[in-house]
Amino acid sequence: MEILVCVKRVPDTSENEIEINNSGSDIERDDLVYSVNEWDNYAVEEAIQIRDNVGGSVTVVTVGDDESEEVLRREMAMGADNGIHLLDDAFEGSDGKGFATILKAEVEKGKYDLILTGAQADDGAGQVGGMLAAMLDYPYASLVNKIDVVDDKKIKVGREIEGGNQEMNEIQLPCVLSIQTGINEPRYVGIRGIRKVASVEIPVHAAGDLGIAPESVGEAGAKVKRADYFVPELGEGAEILEGSTDEVIEELIKRLKEKGGIK
Amino acid sequence: MAQQVFAYIAHKEGTADDTALELVAAAKKLDPNASVTAIVFGPDAVCNDVAASYNEVWKIGTDAYPNAEVIRKALVNILPADAILLVPHDTFGMDLAPGLSVKLDSAFVADAVDFEGIEDGKLKVVRQEYSGMVSTHVLCDISNGAVINVRPGAFQPDESKSAGGQVTDKTGDAGDLGETTRRFLEIVEAEAGDVDITKSEILISVGRGIEDEDNLEIISELAEAMGGDVSCSRPIVDAKWLEKSRQVGTSGQTVKPKVYMALGISGSFQHMGGIKGAPFMVAVNKNPKAPIFQVADVGVVADILEFVPELSEKVGEAK
Ligand SMILES: Cc1cc2nc3c(=O)[nH]c(=O)nc-3n(C[C@H](O)[C@H](O)[C@H](O)COP(=O)(O)OP(=O)(O)OC[C@H]3O[C@@H](n4cnc5c(N)ncnc54)[C@H](O)[C@@H]3O)c2cc1C
Repeated sequence: MEILVCVKRVPDTSENEIEINNSGSDIERDDLVYSVNEWDNYAVEEAIQIRDNVGGSVTVVTVGDDESEEVLRREMAMGADNGIHLLDDAFEGSDGKGFATILKAEVEKGKYDLILTGAQADDGAGQVGGMLAAMLDYPYASLVNKIDVVDDKKIKVGREIEGGNQEMNEIQLPCVLSIQTGINEPRYVGIRGIRKVASVEIPVHAAGDLGIAPESVGEAGAKVKRADYFVPELGEGAEILEGSTDEVIEELIKRLKEKGGIK
Repeated sequence: MAQQVFAYIAHKEGTADDTALELVAAAKKLDPNASVTAIVFGPDAVCNDVAASYNEVWKIGTDAYPNAEVIRKALVNILPADAILLVPHDTFGMDLAPGLSVKLDSAFVADAVDFEGIEDGKLKVVRQEYSGMVSTHVLCDISNGAVINVRPGAFQPDESKSAGGQVTDKTGDAGDLGETTRRFLEIVEAEAGDVDITKSEILISVGRGIEDEDNLEIISELAEAMGGDVSCSRPIVDAKWLEKSRQVGTSGQTVKPKVYMALGISGSFQHMGGIKGAPFMVAVNKNPKAPIFQVADVGVVADILEFVPELSEKVGEAK
């Protein structure tokens, strides 16, 4: 099975306090720790496991700036066979459809049976996979937490739905799936693994190589544009207990007792 | 606004989902003068249920749900080219909507939490990014129509039932829905675990801030001292440190305790969506800007690895 996995380099929200810059035009990007989008790691692990079971290859692709190359190498160190970097100034400011348009052009250069994305990334939209499938006229399933290969024409997939229930579907190949966390346990990547793939060549494709008209993607082609970032003014929020640890604990225990929180 | 607004009605066992009335409110916020049409795939009971709240109800009599591929095809056939369609941002909406916007050649916005008016054909939408740590205004060009996924719970349900709409059967316009490349097989129900956290009065809930499986011990100790049960956020289950049956949230359990302790949990909407009945909520988090502090009653800015053992000890003494 030929598998393509779409991955993204994102600020790591469990490592960073995300703050907004002075003008509100962006988040404060100095000193941010970046990593591969959490959901994408599960997608790459799943692709590797399928390849190891039924044969074929795994290619990872990203649309992103120069530094995005590092996430491709990381996923190759996990076990992906190839990486492709889609890089062009014209891609900047793309909306979901822009990214899907760019990825579609790359998909059409190859011959893939299965295309995976993460269920969502840092903007929490979860949109690119479904758009890509629609543009390619491929079947799609989102939030996939189980994949069984039936034969080379179809697979069985479980979708995670509300309440932790699972919706089972049979889907024809080629198809696009978005992968939910928890589907597997992504393998650990050590420094040595990354060093091994440090000099592997990663092809870079620009708009011209992909036959994409620059004005159809990026800021120019976007129907949906971010105007600014802001911190919403909400209600009162929590009453923060202050003082020494002992004082805080004493007050907290008092409150908990009042509310029946200590049996 | 010249365009017609539509709302996709989610339903289960013949009853409309809570989002059905939330989308009425969302549509009015989008455009107070809009005529809003509900779209119901399925039973008459649901159509009648929402008719009082919508100007019109379009019924498509199929049992296609939950096959998003079939429903997408039908919607492309019945919706006007420049329609504004609101869809709940739940697991079905996430499956349906992005591809639908491509097929309709309209704009798409995911997980909208508010609307702030239309200017020059652009709708100003409020969203959140980075697990709710920051908000953004997004300008969406709706001149060619739009599909907008709306976060469940973001709008107060509109209970006025003041529209009194007619039900129109649109099944004939939906087209041939027979052939598909995706076939629904069955629903596999979640397994029950050793404790039923939906019945717990006191929940000691742990999130990614616990850092390591071995540290979970301090959480069980606190639960024991307080006489509560241990629950958790999703990453703890993804890491296989606790059973899925202990996960609180939209894709886990819906709990209604009296007291909820959120320890090292950021407060994502998918997690908070599983907490009902307005419990007394205490959040302990080392990041003073964590979104959980916006919804908790009482907050402590501290490292749970240090704070929780001390709290357990003092709770033990105080009993
Ligand atoms: C379709 C879908 C369904 C989902 N369903 C669910 C669901 O049902 N339930 C659910 O929980 N999630 C769900 N999620 C995931 C959700 O979006 C969040 O990713 C998740 O809730 C985050 O869990 P968390 O708060 O534990 O982790 P994080 O967001 O990583 O937060 C960890 C927090 O711990 C704090 N912290 C770190 N170290 C310490 C320390 N030593 N002391 C104190 N604080 C510390 C950090 O400041 C941070 O606020 C779902 C996602 C999707 C896409």
